[in-house]
Amino acid sequence: MNALVKDPQITWIDVGAATDIPRRGARRLKGPQGEIAIFRTGDGQVFALMDACPHKGGPLSQGIVHGASVTCPLHGRVIDLATGESLGADAGKGCAPVVPLQVRDGRLFIGLAGS
Amino acid sequence: MTKQRLVVIGNGMAGCRAVEEVLKRDPDLYEITIFGTEPRVNYDRIMLSPVLAGEKAFADIVLNDEAWYGDHAITLHAGCAVTEIDRQARLVRASDGTQAAYDRLILATGSDPVRLPLPGADLAGVVTFRDLDDVEAMVAAADAGGEAVVIGGGLLGLEAAYGLARRGMRATVIHLMDVLMERQLDESAGFLLRSALTDRGVETVLGAQSEAILGENGKVSGLQLKDGRIIPCSLLVMAVGIRPNTALAANCGLKVGRGVVVDDQMRTSDPAVFAIGECAEHRGIAYGLVAPIWEMCRTLADVLTGVDDCAYGGSVLQTRLKVSGVDVFSAGRFSGGEGCEDVVFRDAGRGVYKRVVLEQGRVAGAVLFGDVADGGWYFDLMKSQADVSELRETLIFGQAVTEALRGVDPKSAVAAMADSQEICGCNGVCKGAITTAIADLGLTTLEDVRAHTKASASCGSCTPLVEKLLAVTLGDAFQAQTGPKPVCGCTHHGHEVVRRRIVSEGLKSIPAVMQALEWTTPEGCASCRPALNYYLICAWPGDYQDDKQSRFVNERVHANIQKDGTYSVVPRMWGGMTSPQELRVIADVADKFAIPAVKVTGGQRIDLLGVKKDDLPAVWADLNAAGMVSGHAYAKGLRTVKTCVGTDWCRFGTQDSTGLGVRLEKFMWGSWAPAKVKLAVSGCPRNCAEATCKDIGVVCVDSGFEIHIGGAAGLHIQGTQLLTKVASEDEAVWTICAITQLYREEGWYLERIYKWMARVGLETIRAQVEDPHARKALYDRFAYSQRFSRTDPWAERVAGRHADEFNPLSRRLEFERA
Repeated sequence: MNALVKDPQITWIDVGAATDIPRRGARRLKGPQGEIAIFRTGDGQVFALMDACPHKGGPLSQGIVHGASVTCPLHGRVIDLATGESLGADAGKGCAPVVPLQVRDGRLFIGLAGS
Repeated sequence: MTKQRLVVIGNGMAGCRAVEEVLKRDPDLYEITIFGTEPRVNYDRIMLSPVLAGEKAFADIVLNDEAWYGDHAITLHAGCAVTEIDRQARLVRASDGTQAAYDRLILATGSDPVRLPLPGADLAGVVTFRDLDDVEAMVAAADAGGEAVVIGGGLLGLEAAYGLARRGMRATVIHLMDVLMERQLDESAGFLLRSALTDRGVETVLGAQSEAILGENGKVSGLQLKDGRIIPCSLLVMAVGIRPNTALAANCGLKVGRGVVVDDQMRTSDPAVFAIGECAEHRGIAYGLVAPIWEMCRTLADVLTGVDDCAYGGSVLQTRLKVSGVDVFSAGRFSGGEGCEDVVFRDAGRGVYKRVVLEQGRVAGAVLFGDVADGGWYFDLMKSQADVSELRETLIFGQAVTEALRGVDPKSAVAAMADSQEICGCNGVCKGAITTAIADLGLTTLEDVRAHTKASASCGSCTPLVEKLLAVTLGDAFQAQTGPKPVCGCTHHGHEVVRRRIVSEGLKSIPAVMQALEWTTPEGCASCRPALNYYLICAWPGDYQDDKQSRFVNERVHANIQKDGTYSVVPRMWGGMTSPQELRVIADVADKFAIPAVKVTGGQRIDLLGVKKDDLPAVWADLNAAGMVSGHAYAKGLRTVKTCVGTDWCRFGTQDSTGLGVRLEKFMWGSWAPAKVKLAVSGCPRNCAEATCKDIGVVCVDSGFEIHIGGAAGLHIQGTQLLTKVASEDEAVWTICAITQLYREEGWYLERIYKWMARVGLETIRAQVEDPHARKALYDRFAYSQRFSRTDPWAERVAGRHADEFNPLSRRLEFERA
């Protein structure tokens, strides 16, 4: 991705380098609407979700990342990192909101509504 | 009619291929002039790796010899660098004064290798890997032998290292990332590639950042890494990427981004000037592989010969590595992602790993290692976006199998197999041998077949085939058997097989286990990763590197996560003993960090509840300063040793139960186990320490120490059973450590001691710990493992280990929105 998607409704904020996130891990970030979790998979893809499990609000950033999913540390719900949706037996039972995230030249940009 | 003048800047693969394509379409349209900076004819740059490796000679890789230029009346200015393009006069000028006028101009200037701006980068013996001159320099260096370092574990870097190793150098690849060729390979394939390179004499150092190139007398002598390591070398190759060569285009005012910007007709911002190959940027992408270049050349030739409606729409990429005997293929979105599904196949015997990524019934990408025969097929399916939903079951086995079985249900496919076809690769058992045994010996179960034919008795990957054979042969009489419960959905193996094979096959990393046991997912899940991490720690103490990302949060953060995302902190109180000084410090910490709750635990210590994650290191620092360490209240490992006051104070005490508890805890703390381990020591049979509901409990009596095991007082309530009785405190310690080690080696992950005891039987455990030799061997293994375990994880983190874990990524958002 060479240019950030231009949308007057979104402000993009540089929050660090993709490599600051441990592989198969996550880092937290304080956002205006609450904590944000930024994940990096074993394959180096990055995703951002609000850091709250749809089940009981557990901090997803503290879970184990496997493939493109994370398992919530509180009760083991599995969440799809790309969509925030619950997977497996919990499919359809709620969703962690996706936070807009772009990578440009290895830097992470979080998109916030409004300017 | 006079011919139009076509000038090409760049005598490389792109420039010459474009000319060939034009000539093929219309040999008489243009009068052609080519400028090239290298003083030689056009050659296949991709094949430089085999030249370096000594597997090919330069003559083998020449694409267009001098006769070709002559036959087509092409003027070649070799060794002649164009320095200026005059777009007004439509003229190019070279450094030696040569000029050429054009009607159409093609820029095919390629790219330059990136040179890292490290101190010492200008020393002699520091080279890049781009052209024949570089190869000749490397070959000359290799003739002198010694050590070579290659910075960059991508395609080119690995080929360079392999070539140098073939020429007798000791080659080491330094790679910034944790996975070799991470842009083309996932972790599993990267692991196999790394092993294959090691077998071929190429060492790899991953996650390593270069700091400085060291030299002696103006010549390179080594590479220093950020972590201080120095790798000596007499040759250093930088293979860290390429940069499109755009200087000429930029100087004459053409639009330039990362490369020279072109449209779908390969036209630059000047309609008379075109750009192709590695110097061009099309739809934001500058390609560095050959296939897109060929596609660009075809489009350009169409444009230049007046074909209407031609357009280059970008390329889908595939990669193959040119290292003899190492077959690697990668294409498309090999690592999956949103809405994708993985199909994984591993064959440990042949070192094969295949992963095909499907999205909505279509192939989105593939990565293959060890068997790449079907790479082209997957690539075609991916490019054509064919619906492969119906081939889902057999897709991973390749084109031949898929087409043979098309429309056939798996059972009849097994029925249709020839009797001579091998079913079990491990034990070389053919279909005929199995069906004959089933019929003649009246076998009815999978276990029967395993016992009589050995089919499916080793790795187990042919189990589904054997079951289908049973079903076909017996008809309705067959009922599928359930084997041992698999570790999780990523494998068909149970814990016991996994543990046994980690030890017997010397498997020392999670990817190694997954490959050898043919895991069916690319990188496991939240169930199997922590289990494998524990099994490896237990099997290879001091050798295996703990994988922090494979641990549950509590063991990663060394505190217990609570429902609101805060943590609880429990410092160790040896045998439940504390002091006024420790209590003061705990009180001060609770005040200082506004810790909302302080509670006494059931394990005779104090729990600080509601600590914010960011505060953890500071809390630990204060506790450490008073001599307190982690209580591992979060660990699958030794938790507490509860004691009563024993002979020190109690009028009924028969032994020093507190002293024994402290001694046990000080020796055993920090040890990891399949599940939590709680101990207690009671000083007399009144049992005030409640030792008989612990994992291991000691009840002191006048004549010695009774050792009980297998208690539980949680979800499940169960008293212990008496295992053995010993006379001395030393023997009590040896015995308890031996039991713990036996459990550490045999228990299944998350299986508490009472469940393990029920599974293996009390007698089996007793036989081991009552045999003095067996007990000593177990004790020695435990003691050895403890050499690497008794380190306070809190102190390590206070000192800065894994600091990222406790800090938010950035505080910028807070500032921006404050």
